[in-house]
Amino acid sequence: MIPAAFSYRRVSTVDEALSVLGEHGDDAKVLAGGHSLLPLMKLRFATPEIVVDVAPIDELRYVRVDGDAVAIGALSRYHDLHHDEVLREHAPLLAQVAGAIGDQQVRHRGTIGGSLAHADAAADLPAALLASGGTLVVRGPGGQREIAAGEFFLGPFTTPLEPDELITEVRVPVATGIGWGFEKFNRRSIDWAIVGVAVQGQAVGLINMGGTPVRATATEEALAAGASIADAAALAAEGASPLSEPHASAEYRAHLARVLTARALTAAAA
Amino acid sequence: MKVSIEVNGNAVTEEVEDRTLLVHYLRENAGLTGTNIGCDTTSCGACTVLLDGESVKSCTVLAAQADGHKVTTVEGLRGEDGDLHPVQRAFREQHGLQCGFCTPGMIMASVSLLAHNPKPTRDEVREGLEGNLCRCTGYHNIVSAVIDASGQEVGQ
Repeated sequence: MIPAAFSYRRVSTVDEALSVLGEHGDDAKVLAGGHSLLPLMKLRFATPEIVVDVAPIDELRYVRVDGDAVAIGALSRYHDLHHDEVLREHAPLLAQVAGAIGDQQVRHRGTIGGSLAHADAAADLPAALLASGGTLVVRGPGGQREIAAGEFFLGPFTTPLEPDELITEVRVPVATGIGWGFEKFNRRSIDWAIVGVAVQGQAVGLINMGGTPVRATATEEALAAGASIADAAALAAEGASPLSEPHASAEYRAHLARVLTARALTAAAA
Repeated sequence: MKVSIEVNGNAVTEEVEDRTLLVHYLRENAGLTGTNIGCDTTSCGACTVLLDGESVKSCTVLAAQADGHKVTTVEGLRGEDGDLHPVQRAFREQHGLQCGFCTPGMIMASVSLLAHNPKPTRDEVREGLEGNLCRCTGYHNIVSAVIDASGQEVGQ
């Protein structure tokens, strides 16, 4: 499988990226690690005319504590995030989730900004960012804006990002010492989760339980009202609309959501 | 576009289409057919090579993304005596292959794994190689080979 023909452009600064994106608009796609975009291009589901390789932008590769937040450069790879000591201490949920994505080879390429921009409800990081209360920092021709994770995932593969905007940073509140849990059920490591659950404190993000990553709000409200983990987790699939497809029925996914939420909450409380 | 990659220590420069995948560049432009194309969907790991020393699936990397970087394929592995690399030798010693199709990818993924974790446990080997599929061995002897290559005693 070979992608449809395109023109490759390589940029080494954010300004340069914005200039190329501004010039080509919808015809251009941003390439970071390429592990979401290139498979789609090989299947010809995506046929951009211009591919803008942002990987050389070294200024977007960092993890640091910035006030009461952990700031993560958008081009940080899963492998780097999983082994980053700052992230492990101050945002351990994200560090753990980054190490559970795909396999060794995928983690050497995939980036946090790329995964979030792709906005696949079956991906691990979007739900983890929801549970972390994270924010995306986006730059475009009009300057910089911040979008809360809860307002970023609008639909399947759909975000408020404009074609001439670039995610430059991901910010999560410092979560040092806050309990967390992550559970993912899949057939092989290289598959997307059939269902996954990311928990930080009493925030619960669900993977692949609908067209977007979602919070298990009924569970969160029950916990806030003092319910036990078992009783709260029993509500994990309330309001979710998971797909039925050959790998798993919607009913099975709802069951998994309840079981995995209980496990993740138990881990977070331990 | 012109793509220059240092492949196994040798400078390779070729004029290729922008959409050329790294695996095709290696096989068809550099003439190195040790790297196999298996699933072509980032799943099986048969096309695994090292990009700047780290394992990647070369069916999901553009040659253009490797422009100016270093790539190591299975042909580039050498032991200190110029013969087999320790991981290659261990795969042979431990019968870590049958048909051999997955082997170049398995070996390159193992080299990357050991570079990061020189003394892995059997479970860590299994986790490190979870991106590589083998349809012959049942993986047991592959895990043994990586343990052997790491200089540890091969238990069962």
